[in-house]
Amino acid sequence: MASDTTVPSASEMKPAGAQALREARSDAGGPPVKRYTLRDTLIDAVGAALLTGVLGFFFLALRTEIAPGGLDITTRWVLWFTAVAIVFVGRLLLNLFVFRTERPITRRLRRSSGGKVAVRPGWVSRAIAIALFAIAAFLPFLIMAIFPGQQRQLIDLSILILTYVMLGWGLNIVVGLAGLLDLGYVAFYAVGAYSFALLSTHFEFIGFWTALPLAGMLAAFWGLALGFPVLRLRGDYLAIVTLAFGEIIRVVLLNWYEVTGGPNGISGVPKPTFFGYEFTRGEDGASALLGLEYSTIHRFIYLYYIIFLLALLTNFVTMRLRKLPVGRAWEALREDEIACRSLGINTTNTKLTAFSIGAMFGGFAGSFFATRQGFISPESFTFLESAIILAIVVLGGLGSQIGVVVASVVMIGGIELLRNVGFLGNLLPGFDPVQYRMLIFGLAMVAIMVWKPRGLVTTRTPSAVLKEQKKIGADMVSQGEGH
Amino acid sequence: MEYFLQQLINGLTLGSIYGLIAIGYTMVYGIIGMINFAHGDIFMIGAFIALATFLILTSVLGFAFLPLVLLIVLIVSMLFTAAWGWTVERIAYRPLRGSFRLAPLITAIGMSIVLQNFVQISQGARVKPLPPQIQGGITLMQGDTETGAILVQLSYMQIIIILTTLVLMAGFTLLISRTSLGRSQRACEQDRKMASLLGVNVDRTISLTFVMGAALASVAGLMFLLLYGVIDFYIGFLAGVKAFTAAVLGGIGSLPGAMLGGILIGLIEVFWSGYFSVEYKDVAAFSILAIVLIFLPSGLLGKPEVEKV
Repeated sequence: MASDTTVPSASEMKPAGAQALREARSDAGGPPVKRYTLRDTLIDAVGAALLTGVLGFFFLALRTEIAPGGLDITTRWVLWFTAVAIVFVGRLLLNLFVFRTERPITRRLRRSSGGKVAVRPGWVSRAIAIALFAIAAFLPFLIMAIFPGQQRQLIDLSILILTYVMLGWGLNIVVGLAGLLDLGYVAFYAVGAYSFALLSTHFEFIGFWTALPLAGMLAAFWGLALGFPVLRLRGDYLAIVTLAFGEIIRVVLLNWYEVTGGPNGISGVPKPTFFGYEFTRGEDGASALLGLEYSTIHRFIYLYYIIFLLALLTNFVTMRLRKLPVGRAWEALREDEIACRSLGINTTNTKLTAFSIGAMFGGFAGSFFATRQGFISPESFTFLESAIILAIVVLGGLGSQIGVVVASVVMIGGIELLRNVGFLGNLLPGFDPVQYRMLIFGLAMVAIMVWKPRGLVTTRTPSAVLKEQKKIGADMVSQGEGH
Repeated sequence: MEYFLQQLINGLTLGSIYGLIAIGYTMVYGIIGMINFAHGDIFMIGAFIALATFLILTSVLGFAFLPLVLLIVLIVSMLFTAAWGWTVERIAYRPLRGSFRLAPLITAIGMSIVLQNFVQISQGARVKPLPPQIQGGITLMQGDTETGAILVQLSYMQIIIILTTLVLMAGFTLLISRTSLGRSQRACEQDRKMASLLGVNVDRTISLTFVMGAALASVAGLMFLLLYGVIDFYIGFLAGVKAFTAAVLGGIGSLPGAMLGGILIGLIEVFWSGYFSVEYKDVAAFSILAIVLIFLPSGLLGKPEVEKV
């Protein structure tokens, strides 16, 4: 009955097949692409330019200045006009070559963002991983060999990036594995930093290595204490309450002068020692102990290896935990909380372990931050810091360990590199790249998310496998929706 | 008692400002279920536009009649801020519609950073002071008549703020409940897919939601400017977080709830600084938020969410 009506003949299938082919060629799976004429493109560019003119009028064309006797207003028509012209030309070029054309020049980039399984053989990714690890392990010496002039800044930058990698990995446990959206992660970073700073300034005998586990424990305890009442809230409510807790801790640090020193912070936090020896000049310094001639760079290299080991520890613990029942429970919770509950998983305890283990690593990173800076104040623990850490986790690809590294290098490294591009200032008079760092950071966040909503790394490795370990597309992994 | 009354008036004024911002959060959350982190910065943009317009009108064009000036400032800043709201939605949120939940949250945080730094670079990081424009008020309770000490005063500024808020709220409620735009907004809020099947232009409705939220935030920005007389590029963050707190407290997605939550947050903050300590007023507001959410997860006027399997 059905055979003669439902099965189309080969000749009928052809146009449909060709149509599908054309669609697949123009854009992956979307609606049929509308053809745009040059006129449409021009009108669109003019519209964008007009909009820029409207938006920029009060900010680019006008500027309010504090003048004697009140505020004064100055005009900058050239700047305004330049911005409008740049947007017009930019939008026109984008329309002609990327957005409104059948063959966008970015097609290859777009294709790679689909949820397909990577077909790279296993040994290649393993070789890449080993190579990356080797580079990271010998980075200070590589830097010293290649850039002897800037070794201090570059090692310092590597330390900063590794701190964010560690924070990202810590937060990845909470957001990426357990699917709990935490906007106040910086609170635990602050707890770690302040516990080390306070312990070391009040007790002579406490150094970095004794304070490190204590700071981690205190942060984990705070994670438990804050997590216990709020973890039954759902997604966005949890996010806003964690944000509120982060702000509460910052405000308390700012105002509790007697203990935290208020906005002045705590200075004179001791440097880490090498088996009891400090990196100082002289006979009893660690450099002399190792038989090296004293140089200030030794301390930076030592700091690099401390944060490198701490970050590795975070990664190692996370990878092992994923194989334990509790790690499986985190990921199951992220995929479906109701199913978890019906299978007898204690969701509150599972969430609490994720929250407090994530907090513990935040605490470790915090005490490292305190010892690196030698000075801490509430200024370092604002919401922006939480946002940057969360951005690193999400931009890299939630739940992906290597993604955090990629995003940290791209975002933190890229932003810090702007300090070094002084030549741009010579090209464009009045353009100071350092001033534009955060603006560019924000724009990069938006652009990367719009381009790759699942993060820069688009594959995930499932923890539980049936036959063989293989990578799956990021779209197959839930993001903790609704929990 | 007198002190209490005065604090009550101050709290209502501050609460009106929070409430106006909170409406933008609650509407956006109701329709597309995301926290629009950039909304606080839209409020800040509105305050800057109002300041510039005010300066042009008074010092460049030489208008002297204050009510007319304020009316023009109100309209101009609503229009221009609405354009900002539309653009932010177009650039950062619309491409991610239907994407996973965290993506628009990250772009919203990114947009917030962009707006703050854009204003900081283009207008300078220093605070912009504006001398008080509306002075005087109605004395409700006179203290000692010989020394002329005023115990309770309702300043004209506060009257203007509360009245404007009331008028806007009334107009807004009418817009939501009577017009076809309001109907399509409510339809999108209930079921976006079904609404689009029935011929509602969902993208347009969402854009208009952002436009209306931004316009209301700009009114709040103007009021903030007139009330405190000082603005800088950073005012958006704290006001935004508190307004979001207000929206959650009132029950997110509910418009009267946003207003109620705003007023409650304003009152809590003012009473806390009046009776306990100014430093910890933010702690008080945030603690109330945590407590309410733990015991009353859907807010004061919100509908409890039904978990579907």
